[in-house]
Amino acid sequence: MGILRGKLLPPALAILFSALLCGVALVVSGANPAKAFGAMVSQVGEGTTAVDIVNSTGTYYIAALAVAIGFQMNLFNIGVEGQYRVAAVVAAVFGGSFALPPGLHALAIIVVAALVGAAWAAIPAILKVTRGVNEVISTIMMNGLALGLAAYLIREDVFGELRGNNIRTPEIHESGWVPGISFGASGTVFGLVFLAAALGIGYWVMMNRTRFGFELKASGESATAAAAGGVSAKKMVLIAMLLSGGIAGLVSMPEILGRDHTYNLNFPAGIGFSGIAIALLGRNHPGGIAFGALLWAFLDKSGLALDNVGVPREIVTIMQGAIVLSVVVAYEVVRRFELAAEQRRVGKELGTVAA
Amino acid sequence: MSTSTPAATPAVVLSGITKRFPGVVANSDVHLTVRAGEVHALCGENGAGKSTLMKILYGMQQPDEGTIEVDGKAVRFRTPADAIKAGIGMVHQHFMLADNLTVQENVVLGAESLHGIGGKARKVIQGLAKSTGLTVDPGVLVERLGVADRQRVEILKVLYRGAKVIILDEPTAVLVPQEVDELFTTLRGMQEQGFTFLFISHKLDEVRAIADSVTVIRRGTTVGTADPKTVSSRQLAEMMVGSELPSPETRESTVTDRVVLSVENLGLVAEEGTRPVLDGIDLVVRSGEVVGIAGVEGNGQTELVETIMGMRKAHHGRVLLGDRDLTRLGTLARREAGIGYVPEDRHRQGLLLTQPLWANRILGYQTRTPVSKGQWLDLAGAKKDTQRIVDEFDVRTPGIDVPAAALSGGNQQKLVVGRELSGDPVLLIASHPTRGVDVGAQALIWDEIKRARAAGLAVLLISADLDELIGLSDTIKVMLRGRLVADADPSTVTPEDLGSAMTGAGATSPAVEAVPGAEVEGE
Amino acid sequence: MSTSLMNPSEAPSTVPPPRKTRRLPGWAVGMIGVAGAVILLSTTSYLTGVPQLTSTGTIQTAVRLALPILLAGLGGLWAERAGVVNIGLEGMMIMGTWGAAWAGYQWGPWAALLSAAVFGALGGLLHAIATVTFGVNHIVSGVAINLLGAGLTKYLSTLIFFPLSNNPRESPSVPKFDTYSASGLSEWLGELEAQQRVGLSDVAGILRGLVTGVSPLTMIAVALVIGSYLVLWRTRFGLRLRSCGENPVAAESLGVNVYLYKYIGVIGSGALAGMGGAALVLNPGQPGYLEGQTNGRGFIGLAAMIFGNWRPGGLLGGAALFGYADGLQLRSGGKTFLALIYGAVLLLAVIVIWQLVRRRWFAAAGGVVAAVALYAVYYSVDEVPSELTTYAPHLVTLIVLAVASQRLRMPAADGVVYRRG
Repeated sequence: MGILRGKLLPPALAILFSALLCGVALVVSGANPAKAFGAMVSQVGEGTTAVDIVNSTGTYYIAALAVAIGFQMNLFNIGVEGQYRVAAVVAAVFGGSFALPPGLHALAIIVVAALVGAAWAAIPAILKVTRGVNEVISTIMMNGLALGLAAYLIREDVFGELRGNNIRTPEIHESGWVPGISFGASGTVFGLVFLAAALGIGYWVMMNRTRFGFELKASGESATAAAAGGVSAKKMVLIAMLLSGGIAGLVSMPEILGRDHTYNLNFPAGIGFSGIAIALLGRNHPGGIAFGALLWAFLDKSGLALDNVGVPREIVTIMQGAIVLSVVVAYEVVRRFELAAEQRRVGKELGTVAA
Repeated sequence: MSTSTPAATPAVVLSGITKRFPGVVANSDVHLTVRAGEVHALCGENGAGKSTLMKILYGMQQPDEGTIEVDGKAVRFRTPADAIKAGIGMVHQHFMLADNLTVQENVVLGAESLHGIGGKARKVIQGLAKSTGLTVDPGVLVERLGVADRQRVEILKVLYRGAKVIILDEPTAVLVPQEVDELFTTLRGMQEQGFTFLFISHKLDEVRAIADSVTVIRRGTTVGTADPKTVSSRQLAEMMVGSELPSPETRESTVTDRVVLSVENLGLVAEEGTRPVLDGIDLVVRSGEVVGIAGVEGNGQTELVETIMGMRKAHHGRVLLGDRDLTRLGTLARREAGIGYVPEDRHRQGLLLTQPLWANRILGYQTRTPVSKGQWLDLAGAKKDTQRIVDEFDVRTPGIDVPAAALSGGNQQKLVVGRELSGDPVLLIASHPTRGVDVGAQALIWDEIKRARAAGLAVLLISADLDELIGLSDTIKVMLRGRLVADADPSTVTPEDLGSAMTGAGATSPAVEAVPGAEVEGE
Repeated sequence: MSTSLMNPSEAPSTVPPPRKTRRLPGWAVGMIGVAGAVILLSTTSYLTGVPQLTSTGTIQTAVRLALPILLAGLGGLWAERAGVVNIGLEGMMIMGTWGAAWAGYQWGPWAALLSAAVFGALGGLLHAIATVTFGVNHIVSGVAINLLGAGLTKYLSTLIFFPLSNNPRESPSVPKFDTYSASGLSEWLGELEAQQRVGLSDVAGILRGLVTGVSPLTMIAVALVIGSYLVLWRTRFGLRLRSCGENPVAAESLGVNVYLYKYIGVIGSGALAGMGGAALVLNPGQPGYLEGQTNGRGFIGLAAMIFGNWRPGGLLGGAALFGYADGLQLRSGGKTFLALIYGAVLLLAVIVIWQLVRRRWFAAAGGVVAAVALYAVYYSVDEVPSELTTYAPHLVTLIVLAVASQRLRMPAADGVVYRRG
């Protein structure tokens, strides 16, 4: 009851508030919110939307897990954005350059992606532990560099090739593809969506049952107490950042190995930042993150239907932004309220409330 | 001492002040009358409600009930600005200074309308400094100043605002005795000029040295007002505590020959090219022995403990536990080797405040039974052992699932001490183990340390409470500017002797013996 | 927010620090820096035979490109001096671009500037409400505002610009400011530049670039830098605002309304970032609003502020450097940009000699390695790929942070959530 109130009330309030806000925006711009919302819901049943939502949820889920690992120790890996991009382009180049036996090929690509993501995250991690450079600024800068590096690597005179008016890396041989589950005309669920689920379970076990998870949480709660308790802050920063970067490297694997088989100019941007938002919404909890990822995916994919009813679909981006901002405010307000309530409760049980 | 004539209207009258916080009543029905031109001491234990009362008088908090009168007029302070306008100034215990601003900027901040922020303000500050003897260069950055100078800046700040009534919140806590004497001289000089002081302290000798009258506060309410010239320290102390004082004395020696901790020529340099923070420390603690470290805060005690714990990296020297060289090990390995550690600040270093008690049991022991098995945590074991600590150490809590923040300071500290005594330690390092805890918890913690010592535990005790040091220790070492400069025998030494050794005034009694070769170069 | 966060246990010693030696005043460092940069550029230009390094055209482009960075950086300065980290600058800048285009195509450039400031300030207000009133983590709120800013402008441009420009990602074209030149001076400098004399012509080219085709926006931006310095360091308002970034608890105890000053700092920050957005829209090379136009410049503004050690003068230097690198690339391509690498080698050589004089062998050796590596790049490559030059500011910032983070001094309470009472 109390726990449910603390954990579920804030996101519910935030979503409601954001929906209201967007509803008002729609009314002001002369549209009918009820009709718009109805179009979004009914869109789920149309074409491949449902499958697209599932696929997109998987991608967002991995990104948010990567962010959440850092958040557990108050480490802001704003660089998931760059890490998954560099990992994707390098893994695509790697996978496209030769063939291995089926299965092994895909596995090799996935491992390379994780390693590259971790390596890209290692730079800010090392700068932080050796030079005291704040990771927020360094990862933001690394995001810029990632864009530059990716653009450079797919130049025609480097690794890229021109197809129509798109530039892409050489296509990965079929041995490197990961088959999905086909629903016929409704689309195909990426096989690696299950990788996302497995990562979520692994994350839960790590945080709640292992020494590393405890040390991570302790470092986030109080760096000084963790240090006195024998947790090496530098080691934690390094491991958490590498782990976060490694998982970030996997973000685009479902799409690349399941559908695109190449890195090209249409590569999706902004998943890292969405991951931050989703991790915040889900409060770093694997279940909460899953819900957040699903919500994000639903808004993204069903939002396409809004164009049919004459509403710019960008309204969903506003809704997403409003949800993040209002959910963090709501969590903060509820946290303050509960802390005071808890102190009152303990005070009452111990009978120190004299007045 | 002073010539204050009983004025017709008192400078400050607080009557019936009550202030409640969620879960506690910080002040209830407090009455306090401060005559103009006197030094009025407010005494009480930590947590008795002194600070809350002063925050109310300074407008930082609003009372739920009661009235405040200044110079006979009823006032209501909504913010500190209101209090300042009424001529009340406050010097906080923890200095409220911005390090990266100059002395002048710190002084004029918030009072710019008086003399601007330029040359005119500078002249006023220099004038004030001259008339009161609080000399300090207005153009220098505060980060370059030592503790005593920072305190002068704090007093200048309130004078600059025209304060007539000055609240000093534990002003001597951070000063060495010579600086205390200087401060008292300054205060008396200013008293002649008509300033009134409210002096908050729990150091009774100081109160008796400076105050014209003293009010005692206990459990949030005023117990009474006394004349410090006629009342004894013992009587004052009993007013504060409300019962017979507990005594930390250890009865008989349990010291053995078995060396547990030996520190050899330990040195620590904070910044290249500066004076070392620790310099040539040699120290031995034996099984069954309590070695106390005395020293004014900021002389390297914190650094010594953190270097022994491996939280700071020694520049040179060795740390051995038994025969084992710990010098190159990290904090966790040192803990696993058998060191228990009660850190000086339980909120910052001892506890994870928002985590449940059982998670706090794991902290520092995450590699050992009963709370973990290898890389995996043993939650059931952790909960069971936490319940054992709660029972054995009388931790008052509704359960082991409440967050640590919900406990009172004394109960938090009992939990920390209980945890650090449960890993079968051979050495306990206890930094200020009873700071800011209630009398009951203090007595329990003292008993536990004594019991563990009798069972053969070696204890390194750091404390600012000289009575605690003398009462618990088998040997006392005095620390000054990063070096151990003197040994004292707790069976004969007095707090006064220790105090003079702590300030480098040298040995004034046969109970304190200077360590050969440890003379501190003059500065 | 770039320094600090060392291992907490190695955090400040409880023993008071010793006095440090006095350093040169800020203006002197600035003058030496400017002189050094000019000498370095003209030497490089002479040795590599690339006159574009100091040509009027390059400098003019550099100034235009530096403006958005400068204004965003100033925005960062105002927020962080008040103790609020603002990585939402990017989002506020995006809102500024939309606001500038919306008011600009209807009522001209002055309205564009004003509207951009208002839109940016709205973003700042949101950040202030979240961080100051509700105590939300500053980074979290900043990220959210970046998302929200991007979403809001996309929505609004689809709604409002699409019917006018037939493109949901672009506004109708926005009229620009008239530009002004000190005509006599400019011509005389032009003659000097044309003579191709070593050093002299370089200085003439740079000066001519600065006094020719000056937009009122440039003058406003320069005035804002000077004004920010005067307000923040020479007035009681500024003292109070800075005290909120250094020690808000102390400030509050002295009767400073910390919340109010933080609000002012952050809203002002948003307005400045918004004006940075206007500088993009009103750049003569751009038709108006374009989706994705800011392209991370808010972040680069933040980087410029860190490069400048949270001081207006240093931030001007950072913005000039980043704008220059950008302008050189845009104007003359990767070949010319390569000359900059040669310049960096020269700079490293000077640094190595300086470190040798100070007997810092380790630092000198590091410098030699870096110089050799850069020279190898210069020697083996014909031009720097444009994909990479765009991100030169990011790389420079990373290097500055890695090398000098211990010397940077951010406001002591920057990024710390403050709660009254």
